[in-house]
Amino acid sequence: MMLGILGGRIYDPQNGKDGEVGDIWVKDGRIVAADEVDRERAEVVDAAGLVVMPGGVDIHAHIAGGEVNSGRKLRPEDHRGHERARSGNLRAGAGGTVPSTHLTGYLYSELGYTTVMQASAAPLVVRHTHEELEDVPNLDKGAFIVMGNNHFVMQCIADKQPQKARDYVAWLLGASRGYAIKIVNPGGVENWKWGKNVAELDDEVIGYGVTPRQIVQTLAAIADELGLPHSVHIHGINLGRHTSARTTVEMIAALDGHRAHLCHLQFLSYGAGRGHVHKSEAAAVAAAVNANPGVTVDIGQVIFGNATTMTCDGPLQYGLHRTTGHKWINDDVEGESGGGIVPVTYKPGNPINGTMWLTGMELFLLIDDPWRVFLSTDHPNAGPFTSYPQVIRLLVDRDYRREMFESLHPRARKGALLPELDREYSLGEIAVITRAGPARALGLEHKGHLGVGADGDIAVYEECADKEAMFARPRYVYKGGELVARDGVVVADVTGRTFSVAPEYDTGIEAELRAYFKKAYTVSFDNYSVLAGHGPATEIVACG
Amino acid sequence: MTTVVEHVACPFCGCLCDDLTVEAEGTEIRKVRLACSSGRGIFMDYDPRPRRPLVDGREVEWDEAVAEAAKILSAADSPLIYGLSSSASEAQRKAVALADRIGAVIDSTSSVCHGPAGLAMQAVGEPTCTLGEVRDRADLLVFWGCNPDASHLRHFPRFSLTAKGALTPNGRADRTVYVVDVRPTGSSKKADHFLQVDVGSDFEVLTTLRLLVRGLEPSVDTVGGVPVTQLKELVERMKSCRYGVAFMGMGLTMASARQLNVAELFTLVAELNEFAKFSVIPMRGHGNVTGADQVLTWTSGYPFAVSFARGYPQFSPGEFSAVDMLARRAADAAVILASDPGAHFPAAAAAQLERIPTIVLDHGPSVVASHARVLFPTAAYGVDAAGTAYRMDNVPIPLKRVISTGRVSDEEILDRIIEAVA
Repeated sequence: MMLGILGGRIYDPQNGKDGEVGDIWVKDGRIVAADEVDRERAEVVDAAGLVVMPGGVDIHAHIAGGEVNSGRKLRPEDHRGHERARSGNLRAGAGGTVPSTHLTGYLYSELGYTTVMQASAAPLVVRHTHEELEDVPNLDKGAFIVMGNNHFVMQCIADKQPQKARDYVAWLLGASRGYAIKIVNPGGVENWKWGKNVAELDDEVIGYGVTPRQIVQTLAAIADELGLPHSVHIHGINLGRHTSARTTVEMIAALDGHRAHLCHLQFLSYGAGRGHVHKSEAAAVAAAVNANPGVTVDIGQVIFGNATTMTCDGPLQYGLHRTTGHKWINDDVEGESGGGIVPVTYKPGNPINGTMWLTGMELFLLIDDPWRVFLSTDHPNAGPFTSYPQVIRLLVDRDYRREMFESLHPRARKGALLPELDREYSLGEIAVITRAGPARALGLEHKGHLGVGADGDIAVYEECADKEAMFARPRYVYKGGELVARDGVVVADVTGRTFSVAPEYDTGIEAELRAYFKKAYTVSFDNYSVLAGHGPATEIVACG
Repeated sequence: MTTVVEHVACPFCGCLCDDLTVEAEGTEIRKVRLACSSGRGIFMDYDPRPRRPLVDGREVEWDEAVAEAAKILSAADSPLIYGLSSSASEAQRKAVALADRIGAVIDSTSSVCHGPAGLAMQAVGEPTCTLGEVRDRADLLVFWGCNPDASHLRHFPRFSLTAKGALTPNGRADRTVYVVDVRPTGSSKKADHFLQVDVGSDFEVLTTLRLLVRGLEPSVDTVGGVPVTQLKELVERMKSCRYGVAFMGMGLTMASARQLNVAELFTLVAELNEFAKFSVIPMRGHGNVTGADQVLTWTSGYPFAVSFARGYPQFSPGEFSAVDMLARRAADAAVILASDPGAHFPAAAAAQLERIPTIVLDHGPSVVASHARVLFPTAAYGVDAAGTAYRMDNVPIPLKRVISTGRVSDEEILDRIIEAVA
């Protein structure tokens, strides 16, 4: 199979291309040099006047696994009116903020995205995540493994055995076929099993005497020591609270130079405002990010409309349930994690929602280096991924941004920094924050660019004044060189890959784990790894 | 040749105990260690002889049976796919793919057991936990409308009543146990406190508990046959426990008020979290009925009673649930996957199954299999086929193939049918 996309304006920031006219050639799913292709036999697309970018890369979304599926089951009201009928070999599906698996893949194709990382999975139930990922077509994927409240890790820290923690983490990533270490509210989720939380980096985790600071430092160091392609991926403490900006800045300082990705930073950048309405502390948080080159972030931009919040942060979700009165799922997972789900609706007329919206915008505009700030809505927490084109328009079009700002509740607008921020993202910068940047932060060398050897994941757009319309309807989308969407409509269902890591470790730890499992788990050690039984077929990405 | 397979998961009930050892001589299973009597039967009573498919009771080649099944489904205007809960998730995924392809209605045994618990969850949410949290933390257990002593035989020792865990090192002695039911049961005899509720009064009792949690005073002395003083005592324990867990069963889902009962319990549990950590776990029956909910939900958005007739998924219990589809004579052909609605459905629904052509996939004899138009004798997941099943707390467990019989799995047969109807 050979393909040529000819004469398009190429936005490939990784390879220094910022709209230069050129050709892209694809052979056997990979991008190749022009002389490797037999032009007579290649399928050729005239891209003259069109914008050519690598396929989009989403570094943080909830698309598959326990929390996502509970969210689907919880919300029949969210699916109705968002159905998709089967068509040829394309499967039927439903869901607005939490679409069914096949529809999720199709909707991403229809935006020009080709790679998406599942933001969290507890290893005890990651077999479920992998089963669903197999049913998400048209995307390459990976799953982040939650460890920030893991009993074995916390015991190693308490016993001052970082080496053992490292062997365990390496074993666990391999056994769960995970891609990265995820931390969610370190220590706070464990304390929630006692009906409590943590509020400071030096608060104690009940029963272990360790602190959120120690958990973050230990796991960030392990990610670097193991040479994992992606850094530790952190959802910090105090999410949604007025103390979150302060503890986020403290956490960045505590990283001690280790790499880290801070996810959905918007939710963790608030300070105390007047009368129970938080205020944005984006400036302080952005300054801390700017000063620490090892830190990358995604924003979790709030989209006005319906959303379904779902995180491993159990106490946060309970708080949301108490605040909104909406239906609530909680799920405590033995030895590892927890989580909750609450549906929400973000409204511009709500002063708190307005503050959340502008906090995200300010972070986007105040973080200087686009290679370290990535587009996300923490799908479906701050809004569905289908709203990405709207976020792009907000970033490239300050008049549109101002118009939306004016629609916010006056208490959200009062004193806001946003009106002073005139920055507009260029198309090249959009290509960075939606493709090249996240691919680099993930260590996926074949993703996010169009150089020779890259995967044939390509999105071709027709440029128009309204960038939301442009990015909502790609002319052509190719996954591994195969056309999967045309004129904004999915046309094919192709199987994607799942990436995982398998770092080396001292296998001597397995004997201890076998004994530990007998008392710590209700599942046999031998059945815990997803490699037992119908394990998923994953592609191992090298460490080092 | 003797083979010994360890860490075997038992596919019988929602506990999916995965610590069994199975010893076999060729295809004959000789010994099963650690299984309960129900689970033992799954392995020891298994007939491993390969069998050929039947069309109208006549032995045929596989190709002919697949072609006949495809013919029936292609001719049907309103096919129904039902069962799923004793199959593996791999086959359940194929069953939904088939329903999608042919525009069928698909439903699992959930609709006749814990379906109302699913509706309650959709209405009010569900604070829950894994069974390991119960074992390790729970100092207060409330079993409502369920009798694990008879239905889930290793639940008490592995997870709940007597299980020893990190914060419950003395097992039974570290727990207070309530059973609430309409009659004394084996479980109630093992409890510290038994509250006998009048038949049909669960909702009133649950509402009264919610009222008491809020500190309000009922104007009566007895509710649903239970003295208010006893309910007050229970509320005090619930508000002051370290980690409370309620288990609920079909005593709530299949009694009058159904999902309203369950929603009231789920709401009570949610409200208790203002005072103490509290969770609830539906006591799911069939080995992989939880998986059926999971698979249908991730593929269609809805847990059971899903119609693909209009090309996209629609959810309507009472309309697209199998009993109702059959009793209304709305289904004109059926695929029955690893279940026996012929034996368990109300007469009007079972009668329709005898009128319409049925395609049955099962590893053993059943009423519905006895009058199948096409019968595919399958392997049994967890015995001679490997796959994945979901425990009642949504933890996925691998099912092993402990003997190799050459019998064909549900997944393979469904795959062939999908190919043939395409």
